[in-house]
Amino acid sequence: MAEGKVKTGVQKKRASKRAKKDWIAAYIFIAPVTIGLLIFYIWPFIQNVWFSFNDVNKFNIATFVGMQNYQDMIHDKEVWATFGNTLKYVVCTVPVGLFLSIFIAALLNSKIKGTSIYRTLYFLPSVTMAAAVAMVWKWIYNEKMGILNSVIRGLGGKGHGWLTDPKIALYMVMIVGLWMTVGYNMIILLAGMQGISQSYYEAAALDGAGTVQQFFKITIPMLTPTIFFVMITSIISGFQVFDVIYMMIGKTNPAYESTQTVVMLFYRQAFDYGYKGYAAAISILIFAVIMLVTVVQLWGQKKWVNYD
Amino acid sequence: MKGKSNTKKLFVHLALLLGVGVTVFPFLWMVLTSFKTVGEAMQIPPTFFPKQFLVDAYGQIVTALPFARVYLNTIISTVVTTVVQVMFCSMAAYAFARIEFPFKNAIFVLLLSVLMVPGQIFLIPQYQIIQKLGLLDTIPALFLPNLFSAFGTFLLRQFFMSLPKELEEAALLDGCNRYQIFWKIMLPLTKPGIVSLVIFTAKFAWNDFMWPLIVNTSPKMMTLGPALSTLQGQYTTKYPMQMAGAVMAVIPIIVLFFIFQKQFIEGVAQSGIKG
Repeated sequence: MAEGKVKTGVQKKRASKRAKKDWIAAYIFIAPVTIGLLIFYIWPFIQNVWFSFNDVNKFNIATFVGMQNYQDMIHDKEVWATFGNTLKYVVCTVPVGLFLSIFIAALLNSKIKGTSIYRTLYFLPSVTMAAAVAMVWKWIYNEKMGILNSVIRGLGGKGHGWLTDPKIALYMVMIVGLWMTVGYNMIILLAGMQGISQSYYEAAALDGAGTVQQFFKITIPMLTPTIFFVMITSIISGFQVFDVIYMMIGKTNPAYESTQTVVMLFYRQAFDYGYKGYAAAISILIFAVIMLVTVVQLWGQKKWVNYD
Repeated sequence: MKGKSNTKKLFVHLALLLGVGVTVFPFLWMVLTSFKTVGEAMQIPPTFFPKQFLVDAYGQIVTALPFARVYLNTIISTVVTTVVQVMFCSMAAYAFARIEFPFKNAIFVLLLSVLMVPGQIFLIPQYQIIQKLGLLDTIPALFLPNLFSAFGTFLLRQFFMSLPKELEEAALLDGCNRYQIFWKIMLPLTKPGIVSLVIFTAKFAWNDFMWPLIVNTSPKMMTLGPALSTLQGQYTTKYPMQMAGAVMAVIPIIVLFFIFQKQFIEGVAQSGIKG
């Protein structure tokens, strides 16, 4: 190592020539991604912000309207309703999802046989197409012929319109959302649990701590950085839920209004009704809310996340 | 003592098996329904196993939709997205990880900023670009924006950074240029990272829904996700047909998953540790 630091004049010259060649190589290496991201992401971001202050018609002609779109949003009941539904979705699925995935990860972290088979099966829903499995769940939930109601009737109960009752349809969709993501988050949490040093547990066992006590006094505190990571990513993806709701709740469904999320509203405004300026403003609002929630989380984590 | 720990293990297995039941049942029900006749699927009370395993529903989908074409579109879009994206990302990732050049950090931070923003923000202008290029309802529309990924670049950069510098320095002294070093030395060494990104991207591209729904609206140019939505809308009560479509849509990724399950799961497991 020490030899490398002593450079003669010739070596220095050679090094600077190499540096220039390196620059050219580096720019060639980064050119495709950089140019592509500039054209398809960074410039569109700026354009989208600009659109949110404009009326954009079918022919993509923008007319500046100042804050009009934002003012309209405040008075738009649909914006409030869809944000409400989205918030409900996030507030319910994130804690329940965390609880279930920590619980399953803890079971799999105990010394039992067959853990790799369990892992594989639990992970399965997260690799499959949301649009396809949403269709399957819609069939399971079907009021007249669905297997869920058949089982309930078989047990002497009464069938229910799971996806058409405005009071519960959103919760039934949440179950599908959880079914798709719990296994995925469980894998991340299990990896976190396996990263906790055994010596903590051995010391605790010597002090007479039982399994449950060890779980709450060692596993959970040591796992907080991973829990935080899973929580943040779940919140962000919960705010953007689309595929499952699009597939499961049709426009004529009586529960339509009570299940529409903000991204659904964005999609309809932009691509069904063609109000691209207004839709752009909605997307900015989604971004702002996600940012706000993330910043609050990052600030709040100091109180409960342990970093060593 | 031994007996007690065995009953505990039994309860753990029972709890886990209950969860597996809930996880696997929808797949099982999807497959079983797809082999029934419409009449049998709608029968009350339902049969569990089909009276006869019929493949009629699979035959019907192929004629009801340009299904073969939709399948091919999805395959092309997935393969092109994956191959090109991984190639571009690995090139950029190597440069960001290992070469010093002017404005390196500024450019890198600019690219990373894309990761902070939810995807909907880009959709309207992206749609307009495709429209202006006259590419709506074409195959390139399906993959064009997805060829470039800030996430992939960031992921692979981490892998390149973890490789020992000495390897590269030795090769430079031997007179190799950067292109040779990248192609012959560095790229083969980041194979685990490349595999992770390939899996992630292929899964994403195959399952993608909103973007193909927006850009390609004619049935012949659709991918599987939006085509299933059309199928569901047109054949509202033909459940065996819907389920056959769903089976066809999930099978390639499930097969891929069972072959590469270790890589799939480890890639995800590490995401939390690094984050």
